[in-house]
Amino acid sequence: MTRKTSLPPTKLSRRHFLATSAAAAAGATLFTPKGLRAQDFPTAAVNTTGLAVTDTEVTVGILHSVTGTMAISETGSVQAEKLAIEQINAQGGVLGRKIKFVQEDGASDWPTFAEKAKKLLVDDKVASVMGCWTSASRKAVLPVFEQYNGMLYYPTFYEGLEQSPNVIYTGQEATQQIIAGLDWVTQTKGAKTFYLLGSDYIWPRTSNKIARKHIEKLGLEVVGEEYYPLGHTQFNSVINKIKLKKPDVIYAIVVGGSNVAFYKQLKAAGIDMTKEKPLLLTISVTEDEIRGIGGENIEGAYACMKYFQSLKNPNNEAFVKAFKEMWGEDMVIGDVTQAAYLGPWLWKAAVEKAGSFDIDKIKEASPGIELTTAPEGYVKIHENHHLWSRTRVGRALADGQYEVVFETADLVEPNPFPEGYQ
Amino acid sequence: MFADYSGSELLSIFAMQGFAGLILFSVFVLMALGLAIIFGQMGVINMAHGEFMILGAYVTYLVSRAFEAWAPGLFGAYFFVAMILAFFVSGGLGMAVEWLLIRRLYKRPLDTLLATWGLSLILQQIYRMVFGAREVGVTIPEWMMGSLVLSDMIEVPINGLFVMALAVGISAGVYILMYRSRWGLQVRAVVANRTMADAVGINTERTDRMTFAIGCGVAGVAGAAFTMIGSTGPTAGQLYIVDTFLVVVFGGAGSLIGTIASAFSISQAQSILEFFLSGSMAKVLTLLAVVGILMVRPQGLFALKLRK
Repeated sequence: MTRKTSLPPTKLSRRHFLATSAAAAAGATLFTPKGLRAQDFPTAAVNTTGLAVTDTEVTVGILHSVTGTMAISETGSVQAEKLAIEQINAQGGVLGRKIKFVQEDGASDWPTFAEKAKKLLVDDKVASVMGCWTSASRKAVLPVFEQYNGMLYYPTFYEGLEQSPNVIYTGQEATQQIIAGLDWVTQTKGAKTFYLLGSDYIWPRTSNKIARKHIEKLGLEVVGEEYYPLGHTQFNSVINKIKLKKPDVIYAIVVGGSNVAFYKQLKAAGIDMTKEKPLLLTISVTEDEIRGIGGENIEGAYACMKYFQSLKNPNNEAFVKAFKEMWGEDMVIGDVTQAAYLGPWLWKAAVEKAGSFDIDKIKEASPGIELTTAPEGYVKIHENHHLWSRTRVGRALADGQYEVVFETADLVEPNPFPEGYQ
Repeated sequence: MFADYSGSELLSIFAMQGFAGLILFSVFVLMALGLAIIFGQMGVINMAHGEFMILGAYVTYLVSRAFEAWAPGLFGAYFFVAMILAFFVSGGLGMAVEWLLIRRLYKRPLDTLLATWGLSLILQQIYRMVFGAREVGVTIPEWMMGSLVLSDMIEVPINGLFVMALAVGISAGVYILMYRSRWGLQVRAVVANRTMADAVGINTERTDRMTFAIGCGVAGVAGAAFTMIGSTGPTAGQLYIVDTFLVVVFGGAGSLIGTIASAFSISQAQSILEFFLSGSMAKVLTLLAVVGILMVRPQGLFALKLRK
């Protein structure tokens, strides 16, 4: 169930509150200057460009679609961002100031996103914006953020080929997500042939291009590559083609409503993914999508991304618990939701490192910022404003969760302009 | 592309592809029949058709949850209850919409387009408020999700067979209703000449309301069936609306046979092209062919002969 946009009352237990604040404080000592009280940071000194910062409050923006087609995907991001803001406030806020948020609805319409971004930056003078989901909406707001000098924290895994000083990309860019997964499937499963499949727009096409280049570099073979229009619901023909070609791996980047149709029809056509013949590897199905697909229809498929709800570490366990307390027991958390949760925390860390809310100082302070409290584990902002992060492979279970079967040993460097892959 | 395959492999793949085409055909027929009744018989451009379908899907979702909670032993059969309920719920909403909105617009057919489009937005937002923005997962009874293994290569999805049977059943039902029943006679009389029908004592208002309700009810049943193959979310109805209008317009408004013939030709063209080309290209070529044929035959494949 969606909730009203106003902040619901907190139900953090005291123990939980103490635990999270202690953990966050431990992490924060790495870059927190002495003192956390607002009076240590006079407003005139920390806000020289007229942002919405007072002695007690700072305003940020949340810009996602809560109506229209994309509301399905973006709801989780909104929830995670509100949770992060609430937790930061419970710990005393940023430079002693409570975070207040203004939420705008992008309504799944790209010009609306640009218009609302302008409103947030020009009228509300927000200190940063957590928002956007599709690449199309990000491309629409990018000129606005660059013209009016705002900060955007963008949560989705995406195709790369972009790097703006005004954006922090908290999701993975394509090479981080793709290459480790392909290496894993060739090394541990001995895969030799691949069938690439995707919805027909920039992200799947760019990602498959990278995948194809990497597969060919490994000396292996792509036996088919196909794209279907967004919203396509009939996959029987391509399933027949897959049966004919008998690839070792179906590499699927299908999105939205098509996803549900694709996996239901795959199962109905007798392709049992638990037998791994062929094995299905996807980069577009998070726990959120499985709710629509149905766990029983995708059991046995593998997904490659940086976060799964089932990750076992204390940060993640606390995050999952807090998320469910705030939004309901039946909630699931996917990769993008976790990345959205990082946005407010990374912004807080940047403000504290810079000792200022000024956008230019935050831009400068951002590279090198580390977050040890991230649910996915340790992350660090790269010079190119993307995150160093681990890539993981999960196996879908019938209950709609993933079981993590592989994790890269080191953080994977973000490389939004990969040479030799474009 | 076939050089590497043996004859029997090719044979079975063509058989499978034939089934794929027939399943697509059945899906198109189910989508389009409700609209064919409303658009064809009443001339109302119902842009909210997809939302009536999704209402059926949500009814199925609720019924499945109810069976899970109260009668888990009968879960395998809930689908039939769901379809019947879907018919009455969507039909009931259709009747209310006709009474509140559509009947005021019969003299302004183009305005029905805007009014029903607005209605579709309202319904979408209501679904979003009631069921949440995320898609809901409808659990399908286990017996409907498997496939019949005819040989090593040939496997026929059971839900595909179910959709085919349903398409045949509903087409037959609509045919009997339209051409073998007293009510159908009245509907056709009103379509042919409203004034004369009125003059001979047919209650045209009631006929209109029933026609609209039945069209919406059929959409609801289609929506219930599509929970097996597609997604159930507030905006999922939009996925079907373009194909639906394509089928009805191409078939010729007002002709049920035309709708079926057009569903058949579009689905076969699309599924064959999809096999040899990529998915997006297949769609482009199918649409081009339809546009081309409609330029030569604007009235569609089968036109109803009327004295104007």
